[in-house]
Amino acid sequence: MFPILIKKIGAGLLTTLGVSIVIFIGTNLLPGDAAQIRLGQASTEDSLKALREELGLNLPLYQQYFRWLFNFVQGDFGTSLASGNVTIAQLISDRYENTLIVSSLTAMIGVPISVGLGIIAAMFPGTLYDRILTLGSVTLVAAPEFFTATLMVLFVVFFLGIGNAVVVGSIEDKNLVELITHFILPITTLCLVIAAQLIRMTRAAVLNVMSSPYIEMAILKGIPRRRVVMRHALLNAIGPIVNVIAINLAYVVTGVIVIEVYFGYSGLATLIVQGVQTRDYILIQTLGMIFCATYVILMLIADLSSILSNPRLRHPK
Amino acid sequence: MSKLKKNEDEHYVAPFSAEVSFDELQDAPPSGKFRLSITGKIGVVVMVFWMFVALFGQFLAPFEENDLPFPDDYSEFQKPRPGAWLGTDVDDRDILSRVMYGAGRTIGISLAGVIIAYIIGVTLGIGSSIAGARIDLALTQFFNIMLAIPTIMFGLVVVAALGSSIPVLIITAGAIFSPVVFRLSRALGMEIMVMDFVEAAKVRGEGYRWIIFKEIWPNAAMPLISDFGLRFIYVILFVSSLSFLGLGVQPPMADWGSMVRENLGALQYGESVVPILAPAIAIASLTVGINLIVDDISAHAGGKLSGRL
Repeated sequence: MFPILIKKIGAGLLTTLGVSIVIFIGTNLLPGDAAQIRLGQASTEDSLKALREELGLNLPLYQQYFRWLFNFVQGDFGTSLASGNVTIAQLISDRYENTLIVSSLTAMIGVPISVGLGIIAAMFPGTLYDRILTLGSVTLVAAPEFFTATLMVLFVVFFLGIGNAVVVGSIEDKNLVELITHFILPITTLCLVIAAQLIRMTRAAVLNVMSSPYIEMAILKGIPRRRVVMRHALLNAIGPIVNVIAINLAYVVTGVIVIEVYFGYSGLATLIVQGVQTRDYILIQTLGMIFCATYVILMLIADLSSILSNPRLRHPK
Repeated sequence: MSKLKKNEDEHYVAPFSAEVSFDELQDAPPSGKFRLSITGKIGVVVMVFWMFVALFGQFLAPFEENDLPFPDDYSEFQKPRPGAWLGTDVDDRDILSRVMYGAGRTIGISLAGVIIAYIIGVTLGIGSSIAGARIDLALTQFFNIMLAIPTIMFGLVVVAALGSSIPVLIITAGAIFSPVVFRLSRALGMEIMVMDFVEAAKVRGEGYRWIIFKEIWPNAAMPLISDFGLRFIYVILFVSSLSFLGLGVQPPMADWGSMVRENLGALQYGESVVPILAPAIAIASLTVGINLIVDDISAHAGGKLSGRL
């Protein structure tokens, strides 16, 4: 049991390392180095050389990489290239709250509802309810986030006449309910986006268990279908469902980028877009690593949950 | 088939007679006519419509994409009316024309991207399944790392490094989506090439052409085609999202994703929503249409192979 856990976590760490190499090399392809950008027009040969030595840019690339990685792990992300002498840590701590609130509220609200709907669909496969849900999720899963967002705006703002198409105002001193109403549009949009996948995959996970012989036995014993699902199938489907949840939360990490830009509130995602526009590669490196690491961790959780729940995967041949 | 007939004439009891369908045989290629459901047919109609617009839209469009056709009543976000059937956008340009111009660009870039992803993925995937263990391991690990980077993040880093242009978009999309194609074709290569009927064909002395097109292709076709459709959807969404973030197709060129971005103001100031809704519906109808077809195909292919991938 433990060897395979350690192996998986090790593989996750190695992947993160690989990702960091890709991001480091990718951002190093940018024209101009930090010294040139920072000094701008005022640069002379001597001042450039001095600053390069100070920043360690004269070192070979692999040494620069290890230096950057070492600092990154310690939480020293460096200084922004575009916004004066602000540290990246400062920029992030100003902006992270909105992103964190929206993604966690999405997870708290969207996940239980979608999983519930998926389980109900699996309870009554082939019924009208099941078909409508399946068709709805096939439609939503392929639509871009900004289409779903536009529909939400049309419905909430224009049809119901509530709120504003843009998220405005500060979030200070707000309780949970106020936060939800503040971010109602981004949260509902993201919930819909993940619901599409979650419902489909939860339904498939439960139906997969439902096709096993012991369930057939339970049905033949005459246990009502609802009880078969809740007591017999669901417990064995928990592993796959957690797996599905983690995969979809990883998707929120990318979906939130478009949503933040659409509803025009500032967060980490708008920060990275801004970094790309201003070519602030130190900012891109840091945020890229944060997003990718979150993604890898969630994928690792997905992997581990399916291993923990399935004895056959715990002892691979 | 001819061999079978001959056997029957000789009253030879073959392991299978002509009446037995291939479905009952293990590892047989899927047989039977593939039929689309109603939703699948709707999907085909929508897709054919957009392909037509993509090919001929710019010749049929009432105006050029950057024309200002209504100089008399210059104002942004005009409501739809005869002459400007979908109204005008933030710069008083005709939205219908821009959607028609944008179709070719959005669909063209995405299609080129997914084809490149397939060329890279299939070549390396099949190659990896044939090549030795070391190359296989290296390639698999490399593509696993690529898979661990969220697509949009990868796109952002590349665009930051190289700037945004149509060739960069196409190649980036191709590179980002090749890992999944690699995994699929590697799995197909490993699974099918060792199957009994392929071995049998080899022993029979069939040529490589026969083995590839008559033995392997019928088995690989369904998973590959449905994956191609899915990948196409993801590339369209990826390209549009980048454009929406202002990092894809650059203005003043029309593209569905960037049209949504340009006209976001309409929503915020409570103007007409058509400028945003039109390109958004265009993307959504195309991707949903393709997804309906893919759903039909994968339901038909179903089976063991698609389950393993």
